[in-house]
Amino acid sequence: MNNRIGKRTWQFSAPAIIASYATTAGIKENEGPLGGHFDFIFPDNLFDEASWEKAEQKLQQYALEIALEKRGVESDTIDCLLGGDLLNQIVATSFTARWAGTPYFGLYGACSTLAEGLLLAGTLLSGGFAQRTAVCTSSHHDTAERQLRFPTEMGVQRAMTAQWTVTGSGAYLLEKGQGNIGVTCGVCGKIIDNGTKNNMDMGTAMASAAVDTICAYLDDCHDLASLDYIVTGDLGHIGWEICQKMLLQRGYDVKNKLLDCGMLIYDKKQDTHAGGSGCGCSATVLGAHFLPQLTEGKLKKILLVGTGALLSPTSTQQGESIPCIAHGVVIEQLH
Amino acid sequence: MNFINQKNKLLEREKALANLKTMDQAAINQMIATLKKEHQALAYQEASEKNNDRQKNWHQLLKQNENQMSLLNQYAAVQYQRLVKSTAPKVPVLANTLRAFAVGGGICVLGQLVINYWILQGIEVKTAAGFASVTIVVLTGLLTGLGIYDEIGRFGGAGSMVPISGFANSVVSAALEFKREGMVYGIGAKIFTVAGPVILYGILASVVIGLIKFIMM
Repeated sequence: MNNRIGKRTWQFSAPAIIASYATTAGIKENEGPLGGHFDFIFPDNLFDEASWEKAEQKLQQYALEIALEKRGVESDTIDCLLGGDLLNQIVATSFTARWAGTPYFGLYGACSTLAEGLLLAGTLLSGGFAQRTAVCTSSHHDTAERQLRFPTEMGVQRAMTAQWTVTGSGAYLLEKGQGNIGVTCGVCGKIIDNGTKNNMDMGTAMASAAVDTICAYLDDCHDLASLDYIVTGDLGHIGWEICQKMLLQRGYDVKNKLLDCGMLIYDKKQDTHAGGSGCGCSATVLGAHFLPQLTEGKLKKILLVGTGALLSPTSTQQGESIPCIAHGVVIEQLH
Repeated sequence: MNFINQKNKLLEREKALANLKTMDQAAINQMIATLKKEHQALAYQEASEKNNDRQKNWHQLLKQNENQMSLLNQYAAVQYQRLVKSTAPKVPVLANTLRAFAVGGGICVLGQLVINYWILQGIEVKTAAGFASVTIVVLTGLLTGLGIYDEIGRFGGAGSMVPISGFANSVVSAALEFKREGMVYGIGAKIFTVAGPVILYGILASVVIGLIKFIMM
């Protein structure tokens, strides 16, 4: 077991190079603090398609196509495509994979799917099963609302703990070889259920899972000092605060190092309440905010912790609590 | 990437697609590969174009590309259907029709018997019909709960679905199914999932007929 550090951290034999990446997003995301940093902005939520679901699929396909074009390669050079989204039976990703015509694993990790995909892609590369892999995830505010909550036109007052599903997608090409930035290791998350039942309060539900994964990594690697940031996926303002307190109880003071993609993507003025969420949240923020900084050398090393609430509308209605997961990947500047 | 060039390429392909039936598989595969390659390049062009109008123009080319691709996909699907047709299991239309006739007719005979019973009890003919509907609905609800109507439906097909008993079955079965999700979001929200269209369009149809009657008078 020489590819393991400590108890739970997977160390890749060679870094999985992030050779190219692209992000697509909607208007609201572009009006936020990260505006102007996305590769393509959809002019409206439908973007000439017959349904929001089709628009979401296009968000993802565009991200993948732009990432491929940036790299100067075509989809048939991808040895394995990994991805997922929030739609029933992850159809947006499967239709993207249909277009790509590549070997494909559909993943469902809710909003942790990007980190899950990066971890698995790194594993495939490290194991020698692939030379080039692609990871893409997406979410769309309207498809998520109508599937998981209320009809989009219904006049409801959103809970203060509720989060706003990000309309956006990110695609990442991971390769063997030489490069500037890469994924070097990661932690596979455990399901942690802290008994939260309120499906309008995902941050509270997911905080415990994030803490478990962050502690697993820090216990194994003891390198809090060399990490620039620990970036959680979509805990939102409330979950972020809880996570910070819980980490302190476990002996890790991460006050200035803990960031959350759900808090970075929207402005407080944008009335999203607790922040952003969705598979597209960490996917867009990683590509629009963190990777450029890693490429430029402003950052050296981050731990991305994708957080996912693995509930379904049926399980909520049957009174089950929310099983949550967090997958961690370390992304480093390599030179 | 040149816009005019790209546009011409699409136009040329449009002409080639008119003779799709004469093309061999290798040529079609080649075309699909080219379309994919162009789509990727067009998406990138559209994304990197800062001018709004030009961006829309690129988007139109992209849509044309998608239409051509879907034409090829449809063609492939039709080819595949030819292969499928010879292997798909045949639906026993005659047997199904006879069963539906027997079961549907049987339910109607039962309904008539119930009407006659209520008339014998001294109830007016028009009211007796209403009483019969209620009786059949209650009976079906009971049989659905006991799992007997499921069997009748399996055997009778449309024959058990079309009479009022089929309507009762669809409501009661939904109620049974969704009780686990609670009284509000379960039964409350889902009880009419199957019967909903019948209720909505039944009421709509009665309004239309009422209007026609009103105008004719």
